Amino acid sequence: MSEPLLALRGLNAWYGEGHALHGVDLDVFPGETVTLLGRNGVGKTTTLRAIMGLIRKRTGTTTFGGRDLMHMPLHHVARAGLGFVPEERGIFSTLSVDENLNLPPVVAPGGMSLDEIFTLFPNLKTRRNSQGTKLSGGEQQMLAMARMLRTGVKMLLLDEPTEGLAPVIVQRIGEVLAELKARGMTILLVEQNFRFARRIADRFYLMEHGKITASFPVGELDQRMALLGEVLGV
Amino acid sequence: MIFGIPLQAFLGQLLVGLINGSFYAMLSLGLAVIFGMLKIINFAHGAQYMFGAFVGFLLLQWLNIGYWPALVLAPLVVGVVGMVVERTMLSRLYSLDPLYGLLFTFGLALVIEGVFRYCYGVSGQPYAAPDALSGGTNLGFMFLPNYRGWVVVSSLVVCLGTWLAIEKTKLGAYLRAATENPKLVQAFGVNVPVLLTLTYGLGSALAGLAGILAAPVYQVSPLMGSDLIIVVFAVVVVGGMGSILGAVITGYVLGLAEGLTKVFYPEASNIVVFVIMAIVLLVRPAGLFGKDA
Repeated sequence: MSEPLLALRGLNAWYGEGHALHGVDLDVFPGETVTLLGRNGVGKTTTLRAIMGLIRKRTGTTTFGGRDLMHMPLHHVARAGLGFVPEERGIFSTLSVDENLNLPPVVAPGGMSLDEIFTLFPNLKTRRNSQGTKLSGGEQQMLAMARMLRTGVKMLLLDEPTEGLAPVIVQRIGEVLAELKARGMTILLVEQNFRFARRIADRFYLMEHGKITASFPVGELDQRMALLGEVLGV
Repeated sequence: MIFGIPLQAFLGQLLVGLINGSFYAMLSLGLAVIFGMLKIINFAHGAQYMFGAFVGFLLLQWLNIGYWPALVLAPLVVGVVGMVVERTMLSRLYSLDPLYGLLFTFGLALVIEGVFRYCYGVSGQPYAAPDALSGGTNLGFMFLPNYRGWVVVSSLVVCLGTWLAIEKTKLGAYLRAATENPKLVQAFGVNVPVLLTLTYGLGSALAGLAGILAAPVYQVSPLMGSDLIIVVFAVVVVGGMGSILGAVITGYVLGLAEGLTKVFYPEASNIVVFVIMAIVLLVRPAGLFGKDA
């Protein structure tokens, strides 16, 4: 097997005095889509924020393409090739849709052109001049994803992209993620909705109380349903 | 005659108000830009304005460099000094309560003013307007000193230019986005610490530019900044903390309000800005253009 693109070893993270991650080990291989499952508050978002360096109080090792992320300044992480789509979407209200889309600097060649992005997200084209936060929740999610695709990042960290969205929009986001996967994008997806995730994920990690408690490929999902039902409460 | 006041006197005071308003607008603009991005109330702003005027004065004294080069050099010097201060000192305070930034800039203002007081005393030094702008123009209804007309026009251009740069350019988009959510913008790969340094430099440079523009109007004195800055803080409060457009518009409006008060009730002209501030705080605590009012 090839080297993992993203590798976490014994990652611990703290919010102030609160110990949120207790030694997380996780690998994502190039071109893979990996889903991190778990209930609210188990540390999924914290894991993504600790990878990006948005949480600085952390120990362990995190490497991306062989490069150490732990001692990298925050603004170098995106340049290394990691794109972050936060749970709250992070659309800027003082920027237009166009400005939001063009905000993240291009970090590597090979990103999508604006035309390709507008083919993927036709709604954004018609609303280019609107204020970013005037978009619907689904459109804001698409914008949050679209703006990372321009930049040429090698890997996306997506935090609950389907949360609070109508089924038809969730369907659309699933199609977009499948399209990205087909183009070779590596994706680490945080989701509570594993019915959505199973359509695109290659592997799953299950997280409880700041630790990874199970890891299995998508083919084993059905035989793990009892465990998932219990842990996720669905 | 207008309301029993001679038209000449009325327009004359209105012009004085417009001149003062031009300086209020430029200074409160710089304060608003700095506050929006750094979340720090820059108490050194008045001292930086004074520093700008002194750079012009000293360039003339020491190097015989006149007004026009000084108009570029003074903001540049004040801006660069501002960036050095931000990088070496102010940036260490971002992780602390904003009160530390306020106290630091307040202390910095005292130090800068103290140094110039020690060297030049408190009496003002004259600084002549350039020859090209001496004299005046008869507008038919009033006599307009050319230099004052120049101040009003350049202040309008500077304020409009700064506003356009923030609203319409890529760098301005970074600035607006980082004002909203600096961590996320940095996680996108933008070097936000450098952006903060540039912002403080820009705000300081605006103060320095106002200072060199003011040098021929008021005298160059170590206290010229502290006299003005209290009014400018009132302008920022009325306009709404951090609102760029609010700061500019409120600056001009309050300058004019001050001028008008001088016509109709001169005794109140020094306090009218603060009366307006008190009323605005009662009615709209976030300021006229502030959010969440």
